[in-house]
Amino acid sequence: MIQYSIRRILASFPVLLGILIATFVLARLIPGDPCKAILGEKATQEVCAQFAERYGLNKPIYVQLGIYMGNVLRGDFGTSIRFSRPVTTILVERLPTTVELGLAAMTIALLVGIPAGIISAIKRNSILDVVTMVGANIGVSMPVYWLGLMLAYLFALVLKDTPFWLPPSGRLSPGVTVVPFFQVFGWPVPEAGFWRGILDFIARLYLFNSLITGNWTVFKDALTHLILPALALSTIPMSIIARMTRSSMLEVLRLDYIRTARAKGLIERLVILKHALRNALLPIVTVVGIQVGNLFAGAVLTETIFGLAGVGSILFEAITARDFPIIQAFTVVIAIGYVIINLLVDLSYVFIDPRIRLE
Amino acid sequence: MSVNDDSQPLLDVRDLKTYFFTEDGVVKAVDGVSFRVYPGEVLGLVGESGCGKSVTSLSILRLLDAPGKIVGGEIWFEGRDLLRLSEHEMTQVRGNQISMVFQQPVTSLNPVFNIGSQIAEVIMIHNPNVKKAEAWREAVNLLRLVGVPDPERRAYAYPHELSGGQAQRVMIAMALALRPKLLIADEPTTALDVTIQAQILDLLRGLRSQFNTAVVLITHDLGVVAEMADRVAVMYAGKIVEEAGVQELFANPLHPYTRGLIASVPVLGRVRDYLETIPGNVPNLIDLPPGCRFAPRCQARLDYQLDICTQEEPDLIEIAPGHKVRCWLYQDREMHTAPLRQMAQAKSSVRD
Repeated sequence: MIQYSIRRILASFPVLLGILIATFVLARLIPGDPCKAILGEKATQEVCAQFAERYGLNKPIYVQLGIYMGNVLRGDFGTSIRFSRPVTTILVERLPTTVELGLAAMTIALLVGIPAGIISAIKRNSILDVVTMVGANIGVSMPVYWLGLMLAYLFALVLKDTPFWLPPSGRLSPGVTVVPFFQVFGWPVPEAGFWRGILDFIARLYLFNSLITGNWTVFKDALTHLILPALALSTIPMSIIARMTRSSMLEVLRLDYIRTARAKGLIERLVILKHALRNALLPIVTVVGIQVGNLFAGAVLTETIFGLAGVGSILFEAITARDFPIIQAFTVVIAIGYVIINLLVDLSYVFIDPRIRLE
Repeated sequence: MSVNDDSQPLLDVRDLKTYFFTEDGVVKAVDGVSFRVYPGEVLGLVGESGCGKSVTSLSILRLLDAPGKIVGGEIWFEGRDLLRLSEHEMTQVRGNQISMVFQQPVTSLNPVFNIGSQIAEVIMIHNPNVKKAEAWREAVNLLRLVGVPDPERRAYAYPHELSGGQAQRVMIAMALALRPKLLIADEPTTALDVTIQAQILDLLRGLRSQFNTAVVLITHDLGVVAEMADRVAVMYAGKIVEEAGVQELFANPLHPYTRGLIASVPVLGRVRDYLETIPGNVPNLIDLPPGCRFAPRCQARLDYQLDICTQEEPDLIEIAPGHKVRCWLYQDREMHTAPLRQMAQAKSSVRD
């Protein structure tokens, strides 16, 4: 089993290398001149030459790639052309918002999708099943931005002055400030650098930060701000997970060992939750891994609608401005996240199904 | 061995009807089946595929899934009608007082749990006070009992690491863990190699005499029946057509269907140009014609020119002590339609 894990981890390195090269190349394939995009159409050739010199754009492409890879390995993604700030700093500012949103959405999707799928499978062809599956179909086909706007309208406007009111935008209410956990605990931290970046990143996961520091006011405020965007973002993965759970459970429930479990005298609840679910889990986990990718795509729209300063909005801005360093950095980080999630999915197979250990 | 009429039956199935409500119509898979199983006895339930024998066995434990439904009858077990128990009461019977062994041993075990824990589970379900370690020890003992080598280590094996024969031993260990009074074995050796079949049958026979467990042995294999059963019930198209002690049945089969079955078994060492077959197919159980269900395939009906066979269904009647048959050849409805009755009775009484 350890051998399998090591093999899977090693196998993901070439993938990561491929991602680095691909993003580098892709960013340069986006049509348009970064100089003109940043400095305007009227930028003279001289100015553009200076611009290229400054950002290393005049060097041969393979030299650019070499420099880029070396820098990335040191955690340096260069300086943003558009914002003139280190890309790593922007990452640390922006990424936590998206990660927190994504995790919250996935949690909702799992907590609702799996039970809904199980119930649908058990009560197959009942009203409950039909309603759930129609709901799931609507969920998959509903555009995130439309649902987001509707949710914001309903909870922020219609339900205003009721206990169900929820804020339509931002991560925190005005005036609420978050004290990073390392300051609360009085940890000695470096002024800058890689580890400071990691700590800042964690501190900007507001829910987590306020949870470990026990600041319930901030926690509650962050949570109420997160509910609507997370709900909007969760519908598609939730629906897909529900449908996958249903079909996977239906597949398993008609197998011989389920009959054996019943013949042993197990009560139905345990037949379902112990014997059937564990076997049905593999395809569900696989789908969850794939949905993480879609979650990032959906996050771009969700963040725009709910006024969240996450990865999505800045990535959009960077693409229109041909801001290569930012595009590359965010794409690489998202891709790495995707690879890690799918590595975890692969490793979880081993825990779920003993038959995989032999392969 | 013949029927011990004096003792109380352990299992008394009365007029069981199990239908499948499909889109094409109602499939009467089991249509008025009655039989008894006495303590410690092995009843063989024989018939072609699709005759309703497996459905009968699943009905006893109420393990049928939709669209199958028990629509009538009673199943008395130890003074209780199983069909009237609540689902919760039924879970206490399953695996504890009545347990079951299935045809496909490898797929009948859950692939994600090791076999030790699957055996221990059945012990813990019915004995909530038993600790896990204790149940595990008992599971290892059971594995030893059913002849799994190196049981301490094998208990950690997963089903995919077992051969079919080993897996069936595990299933038997699981079924006998709580010393049930009745074991239903549904084609327990069909999926196994012939040499392994013999081992499993030996094991079942040994355990049955050790624990005095009654067995309902469901099979299409008359060889298995001859070797294992005390009494045999032959099923055809959802009904029992003949029932007798095992020796009586093989020596003096009455129903044309039973005769056909016995004649179609190849005999080792006897070379025949062709094997006897029963012409035709099992009837569609959705719209059954009136009369005897075997009539369309029955040569005897033609030989004796019995018209009633296609008009009215015969009853299951006792021709000789312990020997019942459902056939107009033996049924004296108007005192002249049973050409073979006396012959059969004479033959039977000579044997007794």
